[in-house]
Amino acid sequence: MTNPELKPVIDVQHVSKVYDNGTSGLTDINLQVRPGEFVVIVGLSGAGKSTLMRSLNRLHQVTEGRVLIDGQSITEAKGRNLRQLRREVAMIFQNFNLVKQSTVLRNVLAGRLGYYPTWRSSLGLFKDTDKQRAFKALERVNLLDKVYQRVDQLSGGQQQRVAVARAFVQDPKIVLADEPTASLDPKTAHLIMNDLKSMNQDLGKTVVANLHSVALAKEYATRIVGLRAGRIVYDEAIRDVTDTDLTDIYNGGSLTGDGQ
Amino acid sequence: MRIPKRTIAQRFHVRLVGSLLILIGLLIVSNKFLRLDFNALIQNFDQFLALLKDMMHPDWKSAPFVVQPMMETIQMALIGTTVGTLLAIPAAVIAARNVITNKWITGAVRIVFNIVRTLPDLLLAALFVAIAGIGPYAGVLTLTIFSFGMITKLFYECIETIDNGPLEAILTTGGKRSAMVVFAVLPQVYSRFVSYILYTFEINVRASTVLGYLGAGGIGQQLQTSLSEFRYDQTAVIILAILVVVLAIDGVSNFARERLQ
Ligand SMILES: Nc1ncnc2c1ncn2[C@@H]1O[C@H](COP(=O)(O)OP(=O)(O)OP(=O)(O)O)[C@@H](O)[C@H]1O
Ligand SMILES: [Mg+2]
Repeated sequence: MTNPELKPVIDVQHVSKVYDNGTSGLTDINLQVRPGEFVVIVGLSGAGKSTLMRSLNRLHQVTEGRVLIDGQSITEAKGRNLRQLRREVAMIFQNFNLVKQSTVLRNVLAGRLGYYPTWRSSLGLFKDTDKQRAFKALERVNLLDKVYQRVDQLSGGQQQRVAVARAFVQDPKIVLADEPTASLDPKTAHLIMNDLKSMNQDLGKTVVANLHSVALAKEYATRIVGLRAGRIVYDEAIRDVTDTDLTDIYNGGSLTGDGQ
Repeated sequence: MRIPKRTIAQRFHVRLVGSLLILIGLLIVSNKFLRLDFNALIQNFDQFLALLKDMMHPDWKSAPFVVQPMMETIQMALIGTTVGTLLAIPAAVIAARNVITNKWITGAVRIVFNIVRTLPDLLLAALFVAIAGIGPYAGVLTLTIFSFGMITKLFYECIETIDNGPLEAILTTGGKRSAMVVFAVLPQVYSRFVSYILYTFEINVRASTVLGYLGAGGIGQQLQTSLSEFRYDQTAVIILAILVVVLAIDGVSNFARERLQ
């Protein structure tokens, strides 16, 4: 999976993040993710997983260092340039972040907003090819029959699958998922993880996911990165990951590369 | 176990006690200045009774002449509310801290809107009558500014209570901030916006009856004429008409607002 020849699609260089209130979120993070990887980030609550993820698409402004997306710095990007880089990085959230008052179709089409001027999208003038794209994405996640329903009439699992469909139509290079299954039952969690896996294997998208479930992490990841107190304390390809490693990340035992 | 200490301000409820003291102080001081004389109110009571007696015999023949100015009043309120709303929507978006994250921008526009809102509608009416002359034009201008100030505040406070998750989601698709407003902000506030607009319309109908008194057109102007001619029998008809219309509009708009919930 991990082909060291390939240029990294995500390149995190010496990134630190201190929040306005003085809390340190990340300290000197270095991380290269290559195309086609399925990276799962694990770590205790408060370790900085969400902070790291939100630095990748610049929902957070980092205090130090920079993040390159496909070779271009998203940290310094502005305006149109920033929007074009963000278009390459779809995100799936723990609480779905859909517009509940709108229809499923409108939420999925929102994934195309980066490709349209606002006057056109506001009038609902999406291209036919994009509408077909939305239908196809909904078919993939088995929700084509709900296309004209309001999102608030769907179950949590269905809503997350709408969010997955939105990421599909965005057609990004990278898909970020911040605890995408945390509020779902185990069976639905697997559905969502399978959606991500299919994006990764069938469509060649690079996936980075934060997960709390060690079982899911081992099942889907090609590589596991462990965070603790804002630092990377573990980083191994899945074939080298042992159960002791994983418990150590959570329990704070000594780890490779931790040095203390 | 160490429980975090409350600050002194938190411990003694300084804010609550402080604002109560200030309120009581203001009451005492304002009474000193105004020297309210409740005796005068009682002594003039018979005058009030005389007026009431005249009003008990409404001049129903004058009723048809009420219709046209009444329509004018409602039109003034309608136009004022509509134009005010159209101006208020972009203004509220710029003032909402979750849409525009630059505190300098939201802060600056809020100061302007606050100033607009503190201008009393009667002062605005007097001003516009002076500028635009006597008639409904002055009334419409007044109600537009008045609605703008009120709706802007209602709207931006409403926008700040919405779920910000979908706003972020739009940004991560590479969408513009304007697309974010259309796709993630407006759908979340739409029904409350409509309810606020109806509410403002109710207030505007009531306000425009008074504005006419200053020469800003509509039924108020007729009310003023009847009073100055001591035709209290006609005044009675006008007041009844206002009452009926205001009640009807309140009723319809309340019904519509409840259906929106
Ligand atoms: N907006 C914020 N302002 C200030 N501090 C924050 C903010 N968001 C997170 N933090 C702090 O940054 C640190 C890392 O938080 P983060 O949300 O990244 O953790 P996490 O690993 O995602 O945890 P969880 O598993 O609970 O989601 C924590 O100490 C947290 O308190
Ligand atoms: Mg988190």
